[in-house]
Amino acid sequence: MDMSQYLEIFIEESKEHLQSLNESLLQLEHEPGNMPILNEVFRVAHTLKGMSGTMGYTKMQNLTHNMENVLSEIRNGNIVADSNLLDVLFKCLDALESYVDEITNSGKEGNEEYKDIIDELTNILSGKSKKVDNNVAVASSPEIKAPVTEDNITNNITDDSGDAIDVKEAALTDFEINAVREAFARNYNVYQIHIFLNHGCVLKSARAFIVFRALETHGDIIKSIPKVEDIEDEKFEFDFTVVVISKDTKEDFEKDLLSIAEVDQVIIKNVLLSDKIELAAEDVKEVHNTPEFDRQSNVSRSMADDESDDNDSSGKAKRKAGKTVRVDIDRLDTLMNLVSELIIIKTRLEGIERDKTNQNYNEAIEYLERITTSLHDAVMKVRMVPVERVFNRFPRMIRDLSRKLDKDIELIMSGEDTELDRTVIDEIGDPLIHLLRNAADHGLETKEERLHSGKPEIGHIYLRAYQDGNNVVIEVEDDGRGINVNKIKQKAIEKGTISYEAAANMSDQDIIDLLFKPSFSTSEKISDISGRGVGLDVVKTKIEALGGDIEVKSELGKGSKFIVRLPLTLAIIQALMVRLGNEKYAIPLNTIQNIEDINVSDIQLVQQQEVILLRNQVIPIIYLEDILDVPKNEQCNTITVVIVKKGEKQVGFVVDGLIGQQEIVIKSLGKYLSGIKMIAGATILGDGEVALILDINTLV
Amino acid sequence: MEGISNQEVRQFIVFKLGNEEYGIDILNVQNIERVLSITRVPKAPFFIKGVINLRGEIIPVMSLRLKFNLEADEYTDDTRIIIVKIDDNQIGMIVDEVKEVLQLTADSIESVQGVSGINTDINLSFIQGVGKVNNHIVTLLNIKSLIDSILVDSLENA
Repeated sequence: MDMSQYLEIFIEESKEHLQSLNESLLQLEHEPGNMPILNEVFRVAHTLKGMSGTMGYTKMQNLTHNMENVLSEIRNGNIVADSNLLDVLFKCLDALESYVDEITNSGKEGNEEYKDIIDELTNILSGKSKKVDNNVAVASSPEIKAPVTEDNITNNITDDSGDAIDVKEAALTDFEINAVREAFARNYNVYQIHIFLNHGCVLKSARAFIVFRALETHGDIIKSIPKVEDIEDEKFEFDFTVVVISKDTKEDFEKDLLSIAEVDQVIIKNVLLSDKIELAAEDVKEVHNTPEFDRQSNVSRSMADDESDDNDSSGKAKRKAGKTVRVDIDRLDTLMNLVSELIIIKTRLEGIERDKTNQNYNEAIEYLERITTSLHDAVMKVRMVPVERVFNRFPRMIRDLSRKLDKDIELIMSGEDTELDRTVIDEIGDPLIHLLRNAADHGLETKEERLHSGKPEIGHIYLRAYQDGNNVVIEVEDDGRGINVNKIKQKAIEKGTISYEAAANMSDQDIIDLLFKPSFSTSEKISDISGRGVGLDVVKTKIEALGGDIEVKSELGKGSKFIVRLPLTLAIIQALMVRLGNEKYAIPLNTIQNIEDINVSDIQLVQQQEVILLRNQVIPIIYLEDILDVPKNEQCNTITVVIVKKGEKQVGFVVDGLIGQQEIVIKSLGKYLSGIKMIAGATILGDGEVALILDINTLV
Repeated sequence: MEGISNQEVRQFIVFKLGNEEYGIDILNVQNIERVLSITRVPKAPFFIKGVINLRGEIIPVMSLRLKFNLEADEYTDDTRIIIVKIDDNQIGMIVDEVKEVLQLTADSIESVQGVSGINTDINLSFIQGVGKVNNHIVTLLNIKSLIDSILVDSLENA
């Protein structure tokens, strides 16, 4: 069978399941006896087993199968979930993740069988078996164990042919009772059939479908618990109950149903009517024949089903039925592009000189503007994903790091529900991992050092996300030793990054910023956690590529804080359009601090650098015309300076004129011009002309 | 068109640069445009004239004249921008005039080595051969290596 069309769904869903497995295992580590969590872990392992089996990934299936055995023993209270056991389970998780990765890359699960992990799992099982001998058989033959435990009670009645239940017990609604009554009147039999599927059954709903079809050859199904729709959606465990009206005998049913593969057990009971209801039989019979009533009966039946379903589900794992649609990111990109086009054309319409007398036209334009803005917002929101998607893998990472480094680390996260553009989310993971590793490895001291300096033994790493205007800020803070400015200074001089004289004149902040220079790693010994030579400069490059920036604040002995600022969206921004000679350029509005008209005579010279003094701040000025090789215009007495801010740094850009604020769509210059760092991209103006967008990060 | 044998026929767009005629494989050509307003891109390689807006897409435009060390372009009514696409990346090339679509069989294409002494200004790796039709000669460009060289240039420039 060709499974390739399901591959993507398999990968997506596996990743989600693995993530929830990860979270549950972490929780379980804290509360080993927590039954709901344990059930969740079990459920996920089981689902993964089924999914991988369906897709033909037998090695993955085998591993989850072994995992499930152990989990089921924990659930039965035969094994205690201690930290060793959890380590093994985490190893399983890693192995599963690498299976999924491999499948993502190649479509195949690869050759790795993780024998060692499976051995460990079996050892755990056999270790337990010495203590609790009775259950060994059950544990080692998991394919059949589950039904057995559930059916112990019902087993003895199965073959008891005299067994019968009342309609009330069958939880039938009035209308179904009417149907039953009519069936009796016509000498039909009514059975309640409880069907148990094999727990190894992979396509439960398909199997259930076959069962239903078999039943329908015998008679009519008047009720099913859970509802047929739920069964189709696999919203059931491994058993379901139907009520059937048929002329055939119990034995016929039993024979037919048991011949279906993966049906483990069938319990058939006669449904009888109690006398009291039978009294009213005749009236209802008439009613039942009218068509409207039939329709109505369907409605109320499903309502009744809802009720019974609710009662039923109490024992089952609750599933969230989120109303979501999975959409390929490419489709969203297309949608975004179309919205961008719309915004361009809208800007163009706005630019057309408005006929003051034509009120209708003006109103239409304003309406169009409102709609495009809402449309843009709506599409943006669709693309937004909570940072949780990235954050949720960190607790596990920190746990591993804390073991590896032998430091007690507590990760405190907040603002996981802050949303970011999907493209940013996909890219931000690695830089954050880097920052967190840095914090754990370099930032936090060892236990002894911490105690020595009067700090609590447990080191804290804070990971916060919050929205700030058009930006999302992510902070990584630790309460560790902080950044040693002198050490950096020394190192920088040693490496020749700065001269001794320059170092003397640099502020502490400037020196800390040296950390972001390429290949500047101060860690004295290179550990396998951080300090591989690829340092913070990579983080910085990545974040800047996303249109964001990073700064660091640190206090020696108290800790350090890395602040990452990211734009909410990558595609459409507010920008200030400026004129340089005959050319137009766009400066992202969020970088602009203020705009000043400066008298040329107010420009001063400090160390060959032209500066202006503004509200007691010295701001260096840059002539954009020079940097961008724009043909020079004649000098005026006053110049317009756009002051931009990057982190703590302010720079004034001299421009020839301001055009105005505008919503622009960022487009890439393409591969051939990607080497030009000072241009962040291009945008199409209302008149069809192209304007270039300045990259403030590289210009400042 | 004469000389169509059983051999594979390839089609080339023929354009003029100065007195020379060049051909590029029609499969690489997206479309041919009149000269649109070109926005200069600072710090780009000298032969990149800038970018244009082609129906909502930003496409860099290069001057083949400058690339081939000829005199700078003079835009006339005949000047065209040929948009080519290599590996999903589009780029425009300014040419003096687009002449025709030429069908060539493999035996009417001669390798570069076979013709010596042609336009020495052009890097030989940019040429995949010379096509002979009737009385004139068309230099067939290897568009991929030509475009790839831009990437190197623009990276060096950065």
